[in-house]
Amino acid sequence: MSLSTQTQNQGAGTTSFGGMQARSEAALNTARVAISNLDFFYGDNRALKEIKLDLPDRQVTGMIGPSGCGKSTLLRVLNRMYSLYPGQRATGEVMMDGENIIADSTDLNSLRAKVGMVFQKPTPFPMTIYENIAFGIRLHEKLSKSELGERIEWALTRAAIWNEVKDRLDRSALGLSGGQQQRLCIARTIAVRPEVILFDEPTSALDPISTLKIEELIDELKRDFTIAIVTHNMQQAARCADQVAFFYLGELIEVAPAAQLFTAPKHPKTQEYITGRFG
Amino acid sequence: MPSASATLPHATRRRSSSFGDKVFALACQAAGLFVLILLGALIIELFIAGLPAFRAFGIPFVTSTDWDPVKELFGAGVSIYGTIVTAILAIFLAVPLAFGIAFFLTELAPPWMRRPVGTAVELLAAVPSIIYGMWGFFVIAPAFAQHVQPRIIDTVGELPLIGFLFQGPPFGTGLFTAAFILAIMVLPFIAATMRDVFEQVPPVYKESAYGLGATTWEVMKGVVIPYTRISVVGGIMLGLGRALGETMAVTFVIGNANRISTSLFGPGNTIASLIALEFGESETGSLKLASLLALGFILFVLSFAVLATSRYLLRSRLKV
Amino acid sequence: MSLALSFMSHPGPRKDAATAARLGASRKRADRIIRTLCLAATVIGLVLLASILITLFYRGFEAMSLRVFTHVTAPPGSEGGLLNAIVGSLIQSLIGTAIGTPIGMLVGTYLAEYAKDSWLGNAVRFVSDILLSAPSILIGLFVYQILVLPFGGFSGWAGIAALAIIVIPIVVRTTEDMLQLIPNTLREAVVGLGAPKWKMIILICWRAALAGIITGILLAVARVAGETAPLLFTSLGNNAWSTDLSKPMSSLPVTIYAFAGSPFEDWIALAWAGALLITLGVLSLNILARTLLRSRI
Repeated sequence: MSLSTQTQNQGAGTTSFGGMQARSEAALNTARVAISNLDFFYGDNRALKEIKLDLPDRQVTGMIGPSGCGKSTLLRVLNRMYSLYPGQRATGEVMMDGENIIADSTDLNSLRAKVGMVFQKPTPFPMTIYENIAFGIRLHEKLSKSELGERIEWALTRAAIWNEVKDRLDRSALGLSGGQQQRLCIARTIAVRPEVILFDEPTSALDPISTLKIEELIDELKRDFTIAIVTHNMQQAARCADQVAFFYLGELIEVAPAAQLFTAPKHPKTQEYITGRFG
Repeated sequence: MPSASATLPHATRRRSSSFGDKVFALACQAAGLFVLILLGALIIELFIAGLPAFRAFGIPFVTSTDWDPVKELFGAGVSIYGTIVTAILAIFLAVPLAFGIAFFLTELAPPWMRRPVGTAVELLAAVPSIIYGMWGFFVIAPAFAQHVQPRIIDTVGELPLIGFLFQGPPFGTGLFTAAFILAIMVLPFIAATMRDVFEQVPPVYKESAYGLGATTWEVMKGVVIPYTRISVVGGIMLGLGRALGETMAVTFVIGNANRISTSLFGPGNTIASLIALEFGESETGSLKLASLLALGFILFVLSFAVLATSRYLLRSRLKV
Repeated sequence: MSLALSFMSHPGPRKDAATAARLGASRKRADRIIRTLCLAATVIGLVLLASILITLFYRGFEAMSLRVFTHVTAPPGSEGGLLNAIVGSLIQSLIGTAIGTPIGMLVGTYLAEYAKDSWLGNAVRFVSDILLSAPSILIGLFVYQILVLPFGGFSGWAGIAALAIIVIPIVVRTTEDMLQLIPNTLREAVVGLGAPKWKMIILICWRAALAGIITGILLAVARVAGETAPLLFTSLGNNAWSTDLSKPMSSLPVTIYAFAGSPFEDWIALAWAGALLITLGVLSLNILARTLLRSRI
């Protein structure tokens, strides 16, 4: 994971259009996750139709669309969360490291160690801040106490919460504010050192200042992680994403570099949605 | 004046409806007070009726192991020992099973299986106590005497330190058998409480742990149990409270001997079984009857403490 | 900035695939073992229930005959039945439930509609929950003290009183729970029409909660029909035919207790027949109650 491959991201500027800011650079990296021909079913109900989408390596893919369009469903395919629920299934290909992760043979636990997820509402476990982070690490690695401490500090630092919690690691995580809890959950996710991180509307339960902090964090995290974020907030997609995908009724209508999608959408549905005519 | 005549019936109607409201509210409140008084009266009646025994023997009544109707010497020691030992042993046997069942029903079983299996386990709670007694006496006790106890006596009974708990002749009946039957009887209560509180953990918390790559057991251990710890203990206390006062099933299988045996296979008695057996042979106004009622009072205090704790723990259930 | 960030990149060695795989394998093994144990626990629970039912069917049917329903209990060796015990149980359980139910419903209503958070309401709720799980033998002792001793002896009424006390908390629990499920919008709609509160409760809330309340009543009947301990010192038992509630009265559980503990083969057989009857009755009431609750809600 050298930093040199992503120099193209450095110094990314922004252009303004119609009151929105989006990244200007059009260059997308090679695909880290390649989705093709993906269908998803809740029982007999087809929720995703022939999705084809690449998640570029160490960049942010924003997923937008009206409620029920399938964007969250797609996210839950990427770490096989749907496998918890009988009756939900996916067909097609989601290639990662030369493996189709939706195949039955996939090892779910190691997949989820590779593809982390942050949820809509903060989900601190009812234990200390330290134990919250250590929980995930201990699942996959045997570390000495000092290594573990180092890793926890690293994760909390990366999640921009270290300074706020370093003096109370042994206190319950439930005592943190909503924004802090969400950053703790991000720290918990990156502590496992995943390669891909999925964000499912991570700021919809937060106030504007906490939201801003999370967005800055996402921007910073893409140095090391490939990121997919589902959001209802188009400004957020414009601010964070390098690539934006617009979903409607279970179909991927359009995917393009952020600046292009927001300034010159090709599909009329996309145009309607981003200008707020429905949604 | 039309307006005056119009207000009059309106006002009357309102008074009559508020009268109905008052009567109904009063009836409801009276019923509530009745329940309060009922429990109060129960405590006081048992205490007053047991007073002659407390007066005659004083505090040592609680620890004395005498039970001699001829010399009129009575003590609660043996039956308190039996009550507590069987109830706690029953909980030790029931909790792992209940946990397994609750875990199976919430996380492992395919959906079509959950309801029928859950109902079957709950039906165990509906089987009357007397049926457990007969089944224990005619089926379990002989099986224990012939197959289970001899084997345990020959193996565990030979161990140092804990061996003495499993020695002596294999009667089949005794403290251990009583605890075994009690365990089956409280199993559905504990399992149902555990299942209900496990189900209340919001799925997103389990998903966050799965999202880190945890296995089902790790999610259970790391998230579900920490979340539900207090309620789980509450459910266990509920089972303990029930086990303390169980009467008929225990009376059939405990062996009914007024002595403290060091071995769990030895006979004994519990407060409830002693009352059930001896009450019919006690004369009105006798010291023996007063002693039995005093035992009843002690049993009430014991189960009240346990049940109140259980309720306290279960009420503060899951504030996420 | 960029210097600090590069310092913050992954510390320590990169994930060691071999260690992770080994750890993964042992974690999966632990998971499998626990899953198997849980399945085993469930199977044990079901086997126990099956063992009880099979024993009951096997020994109960062996002893079952028309005589059980047509003859009263008789001395050993003289061809008795269980008629008086069956009738006594029905009388005491039904009247006990009939007395306990209205009280329980009023208490449940008080808790749900009048005293949600008052200290008195909390006290009543607490006491009712304690009564729900309190040892039933103590209720027998209590009724012995207040009804048997002062009024000159064991009687059907005393048995009924003991059972009614057991019924009350069961009905309280279901009534309160069911009333709490009713949305406040429904209550507001009724009051908005100008109905007084008591009419709102009786005509709308009770009706809306009916299925649940009936479930509670069925469960209460099932519970008291199998109770033995509270009847030992109240209605005592009666080997002759009697429907006089002021005299001692026979009941199925007490008769089973007496017969099963006896050394006589024919009495023990009758005890099994009675045990089968009572278990079938109690379990069908339970299943009926569950089905009713599910179909209405």
